[in-house]
Amino acid sequence: MNKLILGRYFPGNSLIHHLDPRAKLVAAIAFILIAFLAGNVPGLVLLWLFTFLAMALSGVGFRIYLRGVRPLIWLILFTVLLQILFISGGRTYVEWGPFTVSSFGIETAVFIFSRFVTIIFFTTVVTLTTRPVDLTDGLTFLMRPLRLFHVPVDELSMMVSIALRFIPNLLDETQKIMDAQRARGAVFGEGSLFHQMKVLVPIFLPLFASSLNRGEELANVMDVRGYRAEARRSSFRQLHWRGRDTISMLALLALAAGLAALNLLA
Amino acid sequence: MEIKLSGVTADYQIGPIRSPLVLDHINLTVASGSFTAVVGPTGAGKSSLMKVLNGLILPEEGQAVIGQLVVRKGADKKTLKAVRKRVGLVFQFPESQIFAETVEKDICFGPLNFGATAEEACTIAADVIGQVGLDRTFLSKSPFSLSGGQKRRVAIAGILACRPDILLLDEPCAGLDPDGQSEILNLLTRWNRDYGMTIVLVTHDMDRVARYAQQAVVLVKGKIVFHDSVRRLFTDPARLKDWDLDLPEARRFQLKLEKHSGVALPGVCLTEEELAEALIKVGRV
Ligand SMILES: Nc1ncnc2c1ncn2[C@@H]1O[C@H](COP(=O)(O)OP(=O)(O)O)[C@@H](O)[C@H]1O
Ligand SMILES: [Mg+2]
Repeated sequence: MNKLILGRYFPGNSLIHHLDPRAKLVAAIAFILIAFLAGNVPGLVLLWLFTFLAMALSGVGFRIYLRGVRPLIWLILFTVLLQILFISGGRTYVEWGPFTVSSFGIETAVFIFSRFVTIIFFTTVVTLTTRPVDLTDGLTFLMRPLRLFHVPVDELSMMVSIALRFIPNLLDETQKIMDAQRARGAVFGEGSLFHQMKVLVPIFLPLFASSLNRGEELANVMDVRGYRAEARRSSFRQLHWRGRDTISMLALLALAAGLAALNLLA
Repeated sequence: MEIKLSGVTADYQIGPIRSPLVLDHINLTVASGSFTAVVGPTGAGKSSLMKVLNGLILPEEGQAVIGQLVVRKGADKKTLKAVRKRVGLVFQFPESQIFAETVEKDICFGPLNFGATAEEACTIAADVIGQVGLDRTFLSKSPFSLSGGQKRRVAIAGILACRPDILLLDEPCAGLDPDGQSEILNLLTRWNRDYGMTIVLVTHDMDRVARYAQQAVVLVKGKIVFHDSVRRLFTDPARLKDWDLDLPEARRFQLKLEKHSGVALPGVCLTEEELAEALIKVGRV
């Protein structure tokens, strides 16, 4: 559990740390779309270079990023394997029953793998360099237009902030309760699937009970301090869009343009 | 059952952040049947020490020997389970571990894990509920309907039910009213005296240390700086200040009195009773 890198913030002082969270959010979403623009080998190389540049600029070690990929590695390998075994076309290397290994399949696999991994790396750059509260602020700002459709954007963002705020507590508490049950002889992660699920009950029930209690306490405290859901709220942390944010957007635009151009040239 | 730590170090690792040497080359022997208090400032590593003794954290270096069992880096699961059977650990706020719909089922959880049959577990539950000073009618109640002090005792019963030889308690009195605190400590004293259970108690409350414990261990920044009888611990007030520890009321009174009156009382007074006795003795002279 402690190895999970997803959604963890790494304090730092890099260029990317100082970008506006809105810029980083837009970049992450845009990058996911742009990754699918890479349609040939030079395009893939460009995509990888851009990703590595972002990773280098973030000042977070490469090993940390690899750890971010690790939980998804089986999913990635499975997808890649599917491509290799089931797509035929081009030159065929091996044929065995329903399986074919062909140049076309391998090529598709390389593309899928690259898109998968660059997208994970790039979004990890964003989550590693942005504090959760800043991410929520950015998200709230980007969702503002939805107010027109009566979406309760501020309440949603409050909910997300609270949820993010309590994740560390929840993890601590899970660890504590697991330790306590282990001390009473419980063994986790062994035996049949049914057994493994059964031993989770002594963890989740106390966890639910304490979360409900905490929720109630928090609601009371918010009430006492005068929180009202319908009130228009100002923000303590102000977001500032700077020149470097514009530049980062332009860099993404350049990447998109570059990939499109490579597609046309080929 | 004896506990013997030699050169034990322990670290925590959360993601990339490492807290090194939470325990720093600990050498410690806790005699069988003793009642030992572990004290020290917050963050000294007291809770971590308890977890090592229970095999929940494995030593990075060195080893902990509990009876015949050896806990060291890479210890196998069978050993660890055997250790946890012999060593009961009551966590801070242990009521957060209660999960079953009746007190009885919750108490049975430990024994069942350690291989007791359902029948045996029920017999044990009926037995330990009395040991923690509650009557058998509690067995069929929902644990969530109990008061704070009762819940705490049910949680402790859940550990006792595993029939440990050594009982470790991490701040078992935190958050209870004074009566509830005394009750728990009186129970511990009784188990120690009557069943020869080895007890290791982590606490902040020096009055309780003075009254209940025989041996004291002072832990500062992961190192053991003192391990001797409780009376020796409270002899030198200057040293305690260095370790950020208080004096028990009676001893503080004694020192103040000695300073102001110039009369030295015989011995180190740990409790009000001892203080009263010493005062009477001096008065007669
Ligand atoms: N689960 C944990 N993960 C990381 N560090 C921890 C954890 N628990 C304790 N620590 C660190 O270990 C040190 C000792 O903690 P602890 O054993 O809880 O001390 P004490 O019980 O004496 O207050 C502290 O510096 C604390 O920050
Ligand atoms: Mg502690």
